Amino acid sequence: MNAFAALVGRDLKLAFRQGGDWANVAAFFALAVILFPFGVGPEPELLARISAGVLWVAALLAALLSLERLFQSDWEDGSLEALVLMPLPLELQALAKCLAHWLATGLPLTVIAPLLALVLHFNSAGMVSLVLAMLLGTPVLSLIGAVGAALTLGARRGGVLLSLLVLPLYIPVLIFGVAASEAASMGFAARPHLLLLAALLLAALALAPWAAAAALRQAME
Amino acid sequence: MPRLANPSQFMKLSAALMPWCAAAAALFLGAGLYLALFVAPPDYQQGESVRIMYVHVPAAWLASLAYALMAGASAVGLIWRHPLAHVAAESAAPLGAGFTLICLVSGSLWGEPMWGTWWVWDARLTSVLVLFFLYLGFIALEHAFDDRSRGTRAAAILAVVGVINLPIIKFSVDWWNTLHQKESVFRLDGPTIAPSLLWPLLVMAVGFLFFFATLLLLRMRAALLEARLRALTFGNP
Repeated sequence: MNAFAALVGRDLKLAFRQGGDWANVAAFFALAVILFPFGVGPEPELLARISAGVLWVAALLAALLSLERLFQSDWEDGSLEALVLMPLPLELQALAKCLAHWLATGLPLTVIAPLLALVLHFNSAGMVSLVLAMLLGTPVLSLIGAVGAALTLGARRGGVLLSLLVLPLYIPVLIFGVAASEAASMGFAARPHLLLLAALLLAALALAPWAAAAALRQAME
Repeated sequence: MPRLANPSQFMKLSAALMPWCAAAAALFLGAGLYLALFVAPPDYQQGESVRIMYVHVPAAWLASLAYALMAGASAVGLIWRHPLAHVAAESAAPLGAGFTLICLVSGSLWGEPMWGTWWVWDARLTSVLVLFFLYLGFIALEHAFDDRSRGTRAAAILAVVGVINLPIIKFSVDWWNTLHQKESVFRLDGPTIAPSLLWPLLVMAVGFLFFFATLLLLRMRAALLEARLRALTFGNP
């Protein structure tokens, strides 16, 4: 457990000391959301209608943007090979890296999402479920993304490839995340959608570290 | 299966099998097309455009079957390191993508007269579109590395991840939107489609299956020959 916590701490330290990735991701998220009123016009009704979808699509893209950093720098400077030799199983290491990635990107996204929701005239009745859905959904983005990031290590044009691999797999999170956020803002129960998001999270927690570890192993073979 | 692991054994067997598969494909596709275009009656609602279904539905079946085969072969390749399994998976991928594209295009051609639009965001169309992108991801990842075996293994892991995700994506897309007519062939209480329409469909499906098998064998043989050629040219073992 100590090694797990140490790995999370190391990744967080790197994330916050090296150029503030989390700030870039949050800024991208805000900017992508702010582009929509310019694109579709400033009518409050229209913005309120599309707000949940816009927030989630922008969050997906922001999370995608930060994925490349998940293993890339460790792979380039060789520390990944040292990590493999640690007694901690590679699956748990992948999980630790996902946790650190989520703390550095998913959590900031969740924190600023309500602010951006206000800007888009999102119905405040849905605010609590929006935040809950983000809390449940963004870790799934990190977990699935870790598999894609590990698979594309050392690939040519890795960034474009990564989005091709990962975005189709993000669709369920998008669907249930938007459904949970919209249901509450329209006066329906958000609970079933939130439970489905939680189910996605549990499945991803159980399966994604295995796939990511397998991908990392074959990347270093 | 283990005997097939020897590529030269496979080359012998596939050379013997392929003409039969090709003949069966030509026979069934020819008979199926004749039945579908001339014998089957036009639908009482859809008129003559129902005939698009005889291409569309087998293509959709083959699109899913090819993904299942690709993922299964990838898993076999990853677990038992069966040398032919990766070749099979990589040969199946562009074929599956092709069938998916046929399914999308023929569906859109059918949708124009039926629904009055080329594209509808309904559940099954959208799932097939996502499937198409999963195929593209597999093919792109396979070719993304300078080291070919690296791309093979990465793509194999992706195929296994994809096959676990497919039911989840399918379910979530269904949840998102259910507009499409319900499935009318595979049902517990027997098919609801009229037998006069069903028979040509099944003949076409068998024809598509043999066509797929022929192309798969052809592509696998070409891949093996290419590997042998590369080994000869560069003097690699």
